[in-house]
This record gives sequence, structure tokens and C-alpha cells, in this order.
Amino acid sequence: MSRFAISVRGVAKDFPVGDDNIRVLHDINVDVNAGELTYLVGESGSGKTTLISIIAGILYPTEGRVQVFDTEIYDLSDNELVMFRLANIGFIFQQYNLIPTLTAAENAAIPLIADGMKRDEAVERGRVLLEKLNIANQADKFPRQLSGGQQQRVAIARALVHEPRLIVCDEPTAALDAKSGRRVMDLLREVALSEDRAVIIVTHDNRIFDLADRILAMEDGRITHDGRDKAILMQEDAQ
Amino acid sequence: MANQKDKQEVNWVAIRMLTGDRVKFIGLVFGVAFSTLLITQQLTIFVNLLMRGGVAVQEVSTANVWVMDPATRTADVIYPMPITALDRVRSVSGVAFASPLLRSNASIRTPEGDLEGVTVIGVDDSSLVGIPRRMFEGDPARLMDPDAVFIDDVGSRKLFAPGQTVIGSQLELNDQRAIIKGIVDSTPTFTAQVTLYTRYSNALNFVPGTRNRLSFVLVRSDANVSPETLAGRITEQTGLKARTTQQFTRDGIDFIIENTGIPINFGITVVLGVIVGVAIVGLTFSLFIRDNIKQFGALKAIGVTNRKIMVMVAAQSGLVALIGYGLGLTMAAGFIGGGAAGSDDFKGFYMPYQIPLITAALVLAIIALTGFIAIRSVLKTDPASVFR
Repeated sequence: MSRFAISVRGVAKDFPVGDDNIRVLHDINVDVNAGELTYLVGESGSGKTTLISIIAGILYPTEGRVQVFDTEIYDLSDNELVMFRLANIGFIFQQYNLIPTLTAAENAAIPLIADGMKRDEAVERGRVLLEKLNIANQADKFPRQLSGGQQQRVAIARALVHEPRLIVCDEPTAALDAKSGRRVMDLLREVALSEDRAVIIVTHDNRIFDLADRILAMEDGRITHDGRDKAILMQEDAQ
Repeated sequence: MANQKDKQEVNWVAIRMLTGDRVKFIGLVFGVAFSTLLITQQLTIFVNLLMRGGVAVQEVSTANVWVMDPATRTADVIYPMPITALDRVRSVSGVAFASPLLRSNASIRTPEGDLEGVTVIGVDDSSLVGIPRRMFEGDPARLMDPDAVFIDDVGSRKLFAPGQTVIGSQLELNDQRAIIKGIVDSTPTFTAQVTLYTRYSNALNFVPGTRNRLSFVLVRSDANVSPETLAGRITEQTGLKARTTQQFTRDGIDFIIENTGIPINFGITVVLGVIVGVAIVGLTFSLFIRDNIKQFGALKAIGVTNRKIMVMVAAQSGLVALIGYGLGLTMAAGFIGGGAAGSDDFKGFYMPYQIPLITAALVLAIIALTGFIAIRSVLKTDPASVFR
């Protein structure tokens, strides 16, 4: 078994523009260790969302290979890939994308229900996770009745409820104030990280850079900084 | 991960997504219900109007073969025969009995002094073959009385105000006296005229006419001869046109189809029902899907397969179809049942079992079409779009 949670080799991605293709990722090679909180940072259009989509198995690369916990995910059939995501990957979206007509506990239970678990059992497990995230008293409320921070916690619960090994987050603190953002990140680190898991976060939010174990910076579809020297990045960002 | 696999659970999410958006859910159910009501109600009225083209034939239960001049087309479009036709028919082997029937139009002066067109039916003087099987009021034997006529129940309500005495009332029928001695329970014919039943001999007096007055010979076949065989035999031996009850009923219906705009008009309404259904359901369903496209995208990213997404949309469509169809059908049944009970215009109307089946097929088509359009956008949604 590889010591890496994620191994990306020679990944490139083209998008069609009119009759031509435009390359938005160029020969990306990166490994992500298990037990690390990895940030993917960069300007808009730098390719970080494309890269995280490819790593998460929801966007096919034009070239290259991606291994997630020793599985060559793009060697899988479409259905196998969907089932792999369901079993191994948790998603936290910037806009939360909670189902407005389900309660917090029911939203949290979605991956388990999608996997065929009995509804009552799944919702109960969602409830347990909400308790862990300190919003047990909001479990029977609908998303519209929750604050942004509470909705983000429900989204985190949904990402974790099926105990995935890889968690991918897209701007998880973008819609939150500094205090709530930090609390969400603390929670994520506490709940999500363990020796056999990895968390990748796409973010612009320099308020939370200090919480990262590793930061990958991107520019024009290339990784321009890869390391644990967060101070450099934080200084650059400050300038 | 879960051990107990139950694929139905994801449908619960789909149903909650749908029913939680009450405005759109009600809109969808209303669309299907309205289409169902429109299609079912219009088809039912259409079929019952057509059936009235054969009512006059079906009311005569004792005969199973109708004999007529070859030019006669229906019970209302008649070319009379000489009375000798009766004996010629009686001479054919396999005829159990043969009775004369006269059908003609006449005018009466109503108790209020108005003029009203009526259909006069003259039945066999001795056997009374040709009067409807059910009496609403009175005794069939009273038709033997001088100048006696029976009136149909719808006609009696048309001519007489509620509470007014009908039995024993006199009518001025083509300038002659007719006395109402009974009310028969019959279904109105397509022409919806008041119908008066009388003996054949009386009818000859009531209705002025040409040399030939006999409209039909009503025949009952022997037990060992089928009506079809006997009809063929009568035509062969007499040169007259002979039709079984079923055939002649169908002739009356076909005449309406061929000679009126009813099928086109009702057909247009049914098509409009389908179009309205597709428009309302299609637009509302598309709006619902559009509003939830991010959620569907998220579900796909999380790991819900396209097949499960299709099952989810099918469950949503199925629920809308089931509730909407049930509501629409109940409303249509209420309309037809209530109309049949409370209005002479709808007397005898019923909903043949084929109509709910046809409506169900059309509703399924509406749902399948709108569901297909809706699901295309869901299936085309790139799961990666949730990160954009």
C-alpha cells in the first residue's frame, strides 16, 4: 500500500472553447499524505477547482492518472467511480447545497440513504454527528431556519457521516465570519483528520492559512508552491 | 457503510424534495388533475352522445333483428315499407315472431300552447313489442285504451311543470286527441325529442303519411337460429335490409360519426386537455428541476448514480400522476354521476371502463414526456458544476 492518500501524476485538463481547446491544468504532479490538512490556494482561474474536481473523481482529466487510496480512480467504470465516491469521498460545497425540504438530520444522512441504509438508522447516525458538531438542537430544523455557520456544520456532517477517507471542501469558510470560519475549521480538523484520512480544502481565506499542514499554491494551471512553509505564503498574501 | 440495501429509501428523498415545495407540488397535481378531468369528462360525454345514436334500438329488448327498407340508415333516418313486408318477413323460417313498428315525427301543442316536435312510435297492437321495458308510471296494458299514448319521462318533464298531473292529460297531436296513460323510463335519443308511444293502429291516425307507413319489422329469432344467420336469411329471401340489434345500434353511432362535427369537436377538446397537461406539468416540473438542479448535482457528486436519479425523478412523476389522476377522475366521475342524477340532459350517462384506461394512458404519456424533458437536464448536469 502506498503511503500517499492521493497521488496525482501528469494530470492535464483541456476545456473546449469554440473550435479550440484551452488547457487549464498543465502536467500536475502531487502527492497528498494521509493525516494531513492540505490547502489548495490561488487566484480565481488558477485551476484549483478543476484540480480538486479531478482529485474527487467528478471530472475526467484529459491526461494523467489519479490514485486515491491506491485506487486508480479513472480506470474505474462510470458506475464504479460513482460507487467509489459514495464510499470514500465526502464533499463540502461552498453553497452547502443542502436539500431545503429535508431537516438538518435528514440532510446529514443523505450519503447513507443513497447507499441504501434504512432511513431511520441513517437519520439517527446523522443526528449523532450533528451532536458531535454541537448542533444537536438544530437537527429537526430545515436549512432555511439555520444560520450560515449552522448550515455549514450540517454540510460537514453530511460529508463525514459515511466515514469517507478523503474529504474535499470548496471554500468552506467563504460565507462565514472570521470566528465561525475558524470554529468550522477547528471542527473539521478535529472530526475529519486521522491517520487514514486526508482533507483537501480549496480556499482563498487567508484567515485560516495557519491551520493548514500543507499548502499547495496554484497559478495558471500549475502548482507554484508546494510545502509546509506557511509563513512564506502568509507573508506573500499579506504583501 | 450500510449493510441493509433498500433502494426505495432514495425515493423517499425524491418525494420529500417534491412535496416540500408545496406551490409547485400543488401546481403539478392541479395540472394532471385538470387534464384528467378535461379528457375524461369530454370523452365520457362524447361516447354517451354517440351511444344515443343507438338508444332507440337498444330500448327494444324483445327483438334481436330489425328489418327495414334497404334505404333506411338508422332508427331516425327511415324510408317506409308497405305493410306487406311484415308477412314476407314472417314467412322466413327461423322467425319466432315479427311485429310492425312505426317511427315518425309529428307536432303537438303543449299545455302552454307552444308547439313541440315529437317522435311518435307505433308498436304492435296486440303484443306491444317496441315499448321500453321499464314503466316509470302506469300500466303497459293501458296502451290498449282509445287514443292512449305513453310519454317518455324526460319528455314529460319537458312538457309539464313539476307538480302538474301528467297521467290523464290530453295532448293535441297533429290536430287529434291523445291521452297520456303512462310514463316510460327511457333514455333520450340523439335528437332529444319528446317521444310518444302508441299502438300501431293509433299511430297511423296520428301521423299523416304516404302510402307506405311501416318503418321496421321487429323480429325475434328462433332459439336455434342466431340473429346473424336469420338476418342474412331475411335479406336473401325478401330483399329487405335486416340488421341484428348490435349491428343496427352500431349503424346509428356510425351515422353520427359520419354526419356530424361531434368527433372533431370533442377530439379537439381532448387534444387540448393533453396540451394543457403537458404545458402546465411540463413547465412546473421544469421549474422544479431547475430550482433543485444544484441539489441534484450535489447528489450526483456525493455518489448517487444516474440510474438512481432517474428512479428519483420517476418516483416524483409517478406520485404527481397518481394523485392528479385520482383527483381528476374523482371530479369527472362526480360531474358525470351528479349530472346523470340531476339533469335530463345527462340521463343514462355513464363512464365506460375504457375511458379511465384511455385517460390513464394519456396521463402517462404527459408524465413520461414531461419527466423525460426534466430528467434530461438533470442527467446532463455535470457533478463538477457544484464546485463552480
